[in-house]
Amino acid sequence: MCWKRPQRHASVDSSLGSGLTDIQGPVLQGDAVTPGELLTEAHQVLLKIIKHYQEEGQGSEVVQGVLLGLVVEDRLEITNCFPFPQHTEDDADFDEVQYQMEMMRSLRHVNIDHLHVGWYQSTYYGSFVSRALLDSQFSYQHAIEESVVLIYDPIKTAQGSLSLKAYRLTPKLMEICKEKDFTPEGLKKANIGFEHMFEEVPILIKNSHLINALMWDLEDKSTVADKHELLNLSSSNHLEKSLQLLMDRVDDMSQDIVKYNTYSRNQSKQQQQKHQYVQRRQQENTQRQSRGEPPLPEEDTSKMFKPPQPPPRMDTLLIAGQINNYCQNVKEFTSQNLGKLFMAEALQGHN
Amino acid sequence: MTPIAGAQQRRSISPPPQKKPKTTSMQLRVNRGRAQHRAWRYTCQPKTAARRHSLSLSKMSVYGPVVKIHPVVLASICDSYERRNEGASRVIGTLLGTIDKHSIEVTNCFSVPHNESEDEVAVDMEFAKNMYDLHKRVSPTEVIIGWYATGFDITEHSVLIHEYYSREATNPIHLTMDTALQSGKMSIRAYVSAQMGVPGKTVGVMFTPLTVKYVYYDTERIGVDLLQRTRVLPNRTKGLTSDLSQVGGSAARVQDMLTTMLAYIDDVLSGKVAADNSVGRFLMDLVNKVPTISAEDFENMLNSNINDLLMVTYLSNLTQAQIALNEKLVLL
Repeated sequence: MCWKRPQRHASVDSSLGSGLTDIQGPVLQGDAVTPGELLTEAHQVLLKIIKHYQEEGQGSEVVQGVLLGLVVEDRLEITNCFPFPQHTEDDADFDEVQYQMEMMRSLRHVNIDHLHVGWYQSTYYGSFVSRALLDSQFSYQHAIEESVVLIYDPIKTAQGSLSLKAYRLTPKLMEICKEKDFTPEGLKKANIGFEHMFEEVPILIKNSHLINALMWDLEDKSTVADKHELLNLSSSNHLEKSLQLLMDRVDDMSQDIVKYNTYSRNQSKQQQQKHQYVQRRQQENTQRQSRGEPPLPEEDTSKMFKPPQPPPRMDTLLIAGQINNYCQNVKEFTSQNLGKLFMAEALQGHN
Repeated sequence: MTPIAGAQQRRSISPPPQKKPKTTSMQLRVNRGRAQHRAWRYTCQPKTAARRHSLSLSKMSVYGPVVKIHPVVLASICDSYERRNEGASRVIGTLLGTIDKHSIEVTNCFSVPHNESEDEVAVDMEFAKNMYDLHKRVSPTEVIIGWYATGFDITEHSVLIHEYYSREATNPIHLTMDTALQSGKMSIRAYVSAQMGVPGKTVGVMFTPLTVKYVYYDTERIGVDLLQRTRVLPNRTKGLTSDLSQVGGSAARVQDMLTTMLAYIDDVLSGKVAADNSVGRFLMDLVNKVPTISAEDFENMLNSNINDLLMVTYLSNLTQAQIALNEKLVLL
């Protein structure tokens, strides 16, 4: 038995370097980035992300992967994804790039969209606002303006409702990251608050007709009863964990605030000292002049009093954003639970 | 002449037929007069009569491991079918998963480019190996357990491809999925190959069906749920709802189920439908599940829970106000 190799495999396609420029082409030709809607071919991306977390990410840190798709008018369509291996070996960096290239090359052969449009990450109770995420997202968005990061919350999903959110950095934040100017003055200039860091992009799920047929088939065959996890009343565990994380963040925040306060206090003290020094100098000078002596040279005050280092404000911003996220999650959770409690009350028949 | 049902149940080689079998159940086809460097290819293809038999067979107990499929695999197959090249009538690919004592769990798959024409099949083996290596880096526990093909039939080419895969994995399974919806349903079937025929003379390969089950992880179930809700909408799109509306939706579904049950109970009471004892027992279970707690105890529990939740809401609002204030103060 002999196998004939198909012709198209003979020559490896042009390197993916040119492929990347292809990506930039169609995106930048259009208008500036509009926060368009996101479309996912859910049957693929969704299930793959869920599966990836389920198999590889039990209890450990985040699982990550790459999203592939197309930019269509003002929408971003995500049609496929593939996961990243965990960082277990030392030479993870080199492995990753090569892995990505290999994957994308192979996927091109089977007609799967191989354009990078973003990445996904799983999160633990909503704690994903971190420096690492910011950096990664910035580098992605720098290359491809429309790219997003999909945050998948497995714990919330296990409680009954799929929790998948798409975020993009606001243009303001992109500016700041580009200049790497994280001092308070820089941030004040940009007038950015923690609410303006990420913008959420709405997700729409679209299925093809074939998938619909598959769904009908599955519904037929599957004998597992509909699980009503969402109506589960036991909530204290989840609430506890969330509150604990919130408390940790708030502690961090308060430390940061203390640092900033000491800095500003030092700064004002220094200003005062400078002022005093200059005044004393002037006084002495007038005294000397009255006595007929040459005045002392004006010394460079800035060299004498070194201004204190302004603490970088980026971390504060991130912590504030994270706290905000936690609070939002907690509020969502409590509203759901209140609803459930009232339903339980109705069931008991009391008023 | 052994009847077809018996042959498909027993894996052993059936006794040599006295004469060429007249029944249309099996047909040995020998490839004639091709180029010298091609070896003989023997195929066995159950014809239509046997197909009807095999359909009824799927209700009988089949011998072999149970195949458990995750929905992600089926979705990927559908997707690669939609993206097939021009002129290709079907898509094939590799199945990855884990093998257990009595079951095979299929958890992942990827499609493999292949060319198919009247008399030959070409599969890109390099590609398959590469992809498998890449996948192995992410999930090292997955192994090649078989391959899939879209389409209803098992063709001659399937035999060849199956042989290739039996080099990669011990006893590979073959999954077919009818994406063309020939019989009105997307029949998803799994097979294992078995040798049959006369040893030394005419040998053939037979595909015996296996039972197929669908398994989900919990979170997968919820994902599939969401997908199933999109199928009823005319334009097939759906946004992800948020917090309280989800509880509302879930409650509405429970309400629907309750109405169905109430309708059934009414029918039984008015005598339209015969009463079923087991259903009655389930109903009694259901009613007894609502715990009977004294009114004040329940009031206390309810109130304390509500207090907790309200306090937490208040605290989170306070924190948010605090950080907003802090923000503004810094910017002053």
